[in-house]
Amino acid sequence: MTLMTMIIKMSEGLGKTCAIFFLTLLFSLPLGMIVALLRMSKNRIISNIVRFFISILRGTPLMLQLLAVTYGPYYLFGLSVSRNKLIPVVVAFAINYAAYFAEIYRGGIESIPIGQYEAATVLGYSKFQTFFKIILPQVVKRILPSVTNEVITLVKDTSIAFTVSYQEMFTIGKQIANSQTSFTPFVVAGVFYFIFNAVVDFVMGKFEKRLDYYR
Amino acid sequence: MILEMNNIKKSFGSLEVLKDISLSVDKGEVVSIIGPSGSGKSTLLRCATFLETIDSGEVLYLGKAAVTTQDGKAEYVAPAELRKMRSCYGLVFQQFNLFPHYTVLKNIIDAPINVHKRPKAEVIAEAKALLEKMGLGDKADAYPCQLSGGQQQRVAIARALAMKPDILFFDEPTSALDPELTGEVLKVIKQLAEDNMTMVVVTHEMPFARAVSDRVIFMAEGVIVEQGHPEEVFGNPKEERTRQFLQNYQN
Repeated sequence: MTLMTMIIKMSEGLGKTCAIFFLTLLFSLPLGMIVALLRMSKNRIISNIVRFFISILRGTPLMLQLLAVTYGPYYLFGLSVSRNKLIPVVVAFAINYAAYFAEIYRGGIESIPIGQYEAATVLGYSKFQTFFKIILPQVVKRILPSVTNEVITLVKDTSIAFTVSYQEMFTIGKQIANSQTSFTPFVVAGVFYFIFNAVVDFVMGKFEKRLDYYR
Repeated sequence: MILEMNNIKKSFGSLEVLKDISLSVDKGEVVSIIGPSGSGKSTLLRCATFLETIDSGEVLYLGKAAVTTQDGKAEYVAPAELRKMRSCYGLVFQQFNLFPHYTVLKNIIDAPINVHKRPKAEVIAEAKALLEKMGLGDKADAYPCQLSGGQQQRVAIARALAMKPDILFFDEPTSALDPELTGEVLKVIKQLAEDNMTMVVVTHEMPFARAVSDRVIFMAEGVIVEQGHPEEVFGNPKEERTRQFLQNYQN
């Protein structure tokens, strides 16, 4: 198999890699905010339950969580394993990344000086207005570098989908490597991820720059 | 009476910060509160502005009760009512607390537009006039981080005034400023006093308190030790504790 055919075959899986990437972000970014707010709840029971789940999600491998989401329903309830593996992959990834994003959000929210809340309160803003108009925009600016870190990790983590044989780029590469007894597909995969992340870095850099207008 | 605070008590844990304090402020009156750190001055302002809840006592704005005490326990009116009463007063913080992601103009106009639901054009015109008055006519489009501390504090004063409060509180408005910047802020407050704005100012600037206020209150250890006309309190203090405090300041 020539290098060119390898590249073409593997790039056919890039669409699925992108699907994992974008769908995970689409669900985990907002879900993380909900988790963060629950984690900061004044109700001790709620915050402790959420804390427990976050510690499980961050304390066990994503690969294990992916296997549990994909095959758990079969072993626990005898349900058939879904044919479209994209669903369990995105579910597992979204939940896992939501846990990480939640902790980033929490750090950001807690870093906003109390004076910002007090000024807003005295001016008569409602709690809702205070959060969305005053606090959140400042949180976004503060957490953007940490979020970029997670997003870059996510690009590379999409390769974990090979464990459930979802036909994304890395899974195809691995199959070619096995059948051709060649290391080249892994090099190709490395180059693909590197380019993908260069784009991510560039886009996130643009976002950061746009928020540079204040300190 | 714009503000009435009666028999206010407030403790943080076992520390009694306000011990049965009463304070009334008339329309047009300028009251300065002086006293050593930890005497409860700032806590009194924070209780008046509902940033802290009192343990017992009552607070009334324009004769309407915000908090009353029954059976020794303070009871606040419903949150929605309390939020409405916030439009009676404004508060200027020691640390300015401007919103860093908003321009100077937006800092001033956002609450009148989105909280009081007033027409945008009208609010903007008023805000620009206020900035002009504060000597910041050219700073409308600047961000707080581009301004000096004194300029930021003047924006904070304009932001509070844009809400058209009946009374304006200042919590050590110049304590976070370099000495050469305090003058410009004090000048603005002085100007407001001349315009008959009702104000309560917690301050360490003794000459300013003496020159501007109608009444000076000296607080120590959670009680009002002495109050009266500034010339009396500064010129001829009755209490030994007041004399001690003022002497330390003169040295």
